[in-house]
Amino acid sequence: MPATKKVHVTTTINGEEIDFLCEPRHSLLEVLRDNLGLTGSKEGCNNGNCGACTVLLNGRPVDSCLVLGVEVEGAEIETVEGIACSSSLHPVQECFLEGAALQCGICTPGFLVAAKALLDKDPHASEETIRFNLAGNLCRCTGYDKIVRAVQAAGQRMSADA
Amino acid sequence: MAPESVSEVVSVLGEHGDRAKLLAGATDLLVQLREGLREADVVVDIKKIDEVTSYKYCEEDGLSLGAAVTCCEVYEHPLLSRLYGALADSTQIIGGWQIQSRASVGGNLCNASPAADAVPSLIALNATAVIAGPNGEHTLAVQDFCTGPGKNALESGELLVSIQVPAQCDNCGSAYERFIPRNEMDIAVVGVGSWVKLAEDGTIADARIALGAVAATPLFAEEASASLIGKQPSEELFAAAGELAKQIATPLSDKRGTKEFRTHLVGVLVKRTLTVAVERAQNK
Repeated sequence: MPATKKVHVTTTINGEEIDFLCEPRHSLLEVLRDNLGLTGSKEGCNNGNCGACTVLLNGRPVDSCLVLGVEVEGAEIETVEGIACSSSLHPVQECFLEGAALQCGICTPGFLVAAKALLDKDPHASEETIRFNLAGNLCRCTGYDKIVRAVQAAGQRMSADA
Repeated sequence: MAPESVSEVVSVLGEHGDRAKLLAGATDLLVQLREGLREADVVVDIKKIDEVTSYKYCEEDGLSLGAAVTCCEVYEHPLLSRLYGALADSTQIIGGWQIQSRASVGGNLCNASPAADAVPSLIALNATAVIAGPNGEHTLAVQDFCTGPGKNALESGELLVSIQVPAQCDNCGSAYERFIPRNEMDIAVVGVGSWVKLAEDGTIADARIALGAVAATPLFAEEASASLIGKQPSEELFAAAGELAKQIATPLSDKRGTKEFRTHLVGVLVKRTLTVAVERAQNK
């Protein structure tokens, strides 16, 4: 395979302007993990089924394995690393911990990003809405019930804090 | 590369032919490239082109939907989702939220899966594909766009620019429903899109039914659609239309369902989608 010229990309990640070089074939997930050391986003299936690599791209949840690094020029990205504010965890993180909504933890970053995106839109999301919107995140450990309850609890905490 | 005009894309396609692949939401293309199902020397991101990424609606001409407009943009739009119920139904169930943020209606069409969720809705809504190529622009009815599993009517050097969906009157309604064994995130065992236009006396003035996952391509059920015209909506009428639609279904038996089950589902989903489409037309 011929060496491909790297492309210079400028983007905003968790509020900070970032430059990186990447090959056109590299996914945003590869850039985040391998170039930028943001290893919170996980590689599960690498084909858009599992949601472990979920990040927000211009405010919408996407599978970063299905975004090319070169596509994010000028974009705003939020990863799981940007959810907590300085020393304190975000309510969705607190509730996952308190509710034991994780076991092996590989799916957790993706769930946190997607759940926070949902609760930012609708903190009172019903169980059905939560299950529908988190259908793109797979968890093979918990059976989902604890995750759904943690998201509901986080929604309550977020609206109480607001 | 990411050209900024349709004509640039056409010239790239002219230069690289089938070795160039177009990227919109990437949710099919990147997976297919990684799995070796497709090969490309050049991947062309078409999302820097305004007419491909934007949409506009006007009461006379209806909806002009750029080929790369995402599922989320369709169903989150209050006017579009009210006017084009079938398309809203489809776009809300293609993949999960993460996929819907990126996947486009145009990509769903070009990918030409027999089970594509957006295509029966587009056929039911009588949509037209706007295609650009070396010889300029031309249009093709969406019902003629898919030519086989994974195959479409685009000639070498051509791309889908937009999808035109006719304007919807106050007494029009449409719906899409699919059967899957799971709750979400699955491929349709059968999918049906229905569109109706009611006359002032409540009878059906016009109707279009389209079927997915029961043949090599999504199908327009012409006879079933015609059987509704001039009649008062009723459960019996919809059941009879379902029986007619079953006659054109030639499904395969596979892990998702047997051909007998799929044929049965056609009848069920035709009835259900017509019922919802008529309700929507009455309550618009």
